Amino acid sequence: MLKVEGLKVAYGGIEAVKGIDFEVPDHTIATLIGANGAGKSTVLKSIVGLTKLSEGRILFDGKSLAGLSPDQIVSKGITLVPEGRRIFSNLTVVENIKIGAYMRRDDLSEDLAWVYDLFPRLKERSWQLAGTLSGGEQQMLAVARALLSKPKLLMMDEPSLGLAPLIVKGIFDIIKEIHKQGVTILLIEQNANLALKTANIGYVLETGNIVMEGPGEMLLKNQSIREAYLGKVK
Amino acid sequence: MTLDAQTFMQHLANGISVGSLYALIAIGYTMVYGILRLINFAHGDIFMMAAYFAFFGIAVFHLPWYVAFLLVIGVTVLLGAGIEKAAYRPLRDAPKSSVLISAIGVSFLLENLATFLFSGKPKAFPDFPAMTRVLEIKGISIQVLTLVVPLVTILLLFILLFIVNHTKLGMAMRAVSKDYEIAQVMGIKIDRIIAYTFGIGSSLAAIGAILWGMKYPQVSPLMGVMPGLKCFIAAVIGGIGNIKGAVMGGFILGLAEVLLVAAFSSLTGYRDAIAFILLIIILLVRPTGLLGEKTAEKV
Repeated sequence: MLKVEGLKVAYGGIEAVKGIDFEVPDHTIATLIGANGAGKSTVLKSIVGLTKLSEGRILFDGKSLAGLSPDQIVSKGITLVPEGRRIFSNLTVVENIKIGAYMRRDDLSEDLAWVYDLFPRLKERSWQLAGTLSGGEQQMLAVARALLSKPKLLMMDEPSLGLAPLIVKGIFDIIKEIHKQGVTILLIEQNANLALKTANIGYVLETGNIVMEGPGEMLLKNQSIREAYLGKVK
Repeated sequence: MTLDAQTFMQHLANGISVGSLYALIAIGYTMVYGILRLINFAHGDIFMMAAYFAFFGIAVFHLPWYVAFLLVIGVTVLLGAGIEKAAYRPLRDAPKSSVLISAIGVSFLLENLATFLFSGKPKAFPDFPAMTRVLEIKGISIQVLTLVVPLVTILLLFILLFIVNHTKLGMAMRAVSKDYEIAQVMGIKIDRIIAYTFGIGSSLAAIGAILWGMKYPQVSPLMGVMPGLKCFIAAVIGGIGNIKGAVMGGFILGLAEVLLVAAFSSLTGYRDAIAFILLIIILLVRPTGLLGEKTAEKV
């Protein structure tokens, strides 16, 4: 579904991503793990068109996304749940959900019912301003908002950031549920353990380079990954 | 000097009327600031251009007033959105101060262009007897216009609030003003939304200019400078970025000017200073303005 080839991104002369290749096959959950500053968010931002690539190409369903604006890229079926949620705090909960469907002209009621089913809390709070929600609820809202665009590829940037372990587990259950419904997922995480357990394919990003790749289960057992990201094995 | 009830009512009506005009122009400042974090210094000059458009439409081309007014609004909208496209859009990723300097440049450009094209000599705005007719209500003499202006302003405010709060365009405007990056990821074409915002602000400035011309029937290339500054101040008083605040600021400023001068006739020559004194007070006491959000602004 998504293929990234030789991606290089630089901010003001400093290379944040130094030429990486990876692929997200149809109907998989792929994950990109790595420490802070490894360039993970930059990769997602360049896929969605918010950051310009300095080299390389990004193919979605075999077609290059070069030169497209974010709204054109999103209209092809890619969406992003950004790091830190970035919900529109000055809009109500229901407006935040509906704005995810900004480009759609068809009836939303079925999809609204679906996300309210996934996140009953959002239904209870639909008329509140989104800024009044708790962190976990805001994360749910960011996911619901992304789902309303009917994405083929859902990209999530650090969905576990700053959330209590129980809520993180809930979010990951939802990710699996969304995947079951046929959405391909690209997940970026610092919580490598959880991400690799959830994903079919994992890529390890270190200071702008992919240093390792393979099925999630395999990476989970890899000694150096365990030492770098999961704490030493006793 | 003491004021009797009738004179007071007369000044009050006049203050509300002047305040409504300020409010119409202040909305344009506040909307653009809300979405781009830019003080559009050219807004007062867009207002001036609109007054010239109205002058030409009626006094030179002798169009029926309703055709002329619609044309004035349309052309002013194009002017406002065109300025955005030519002078601000190329600087979207530039530092905020560059855009501000560009706005000041556009302001000077319009003022000098108007002087060049229309000469610096003031022109007489056509008279509208239906509007300038004086009514006698319970001993108060009042122009029809003085009553019409606040009604028009309130009507436009309600239409605007409906657009902002209850339409898809308004939802997109609010989203872009909060987080333009993520708004793009929602599929919102932000350039288009920003152009609409300039268009709406300019249309209100055009209506303000028409009403202003009826009230103060003189058109000149620098006529937008002082109203522009004052209405910017009105927007700051109300809390810049907040539409209701801008209207409130406009009314406060209009009333303060008219009533203070009426109460202390020695202040007559200082009328224009009142806005700046109010600005200093509000910046000292409540820098975010009356209805402004208390958020730290990253500049």
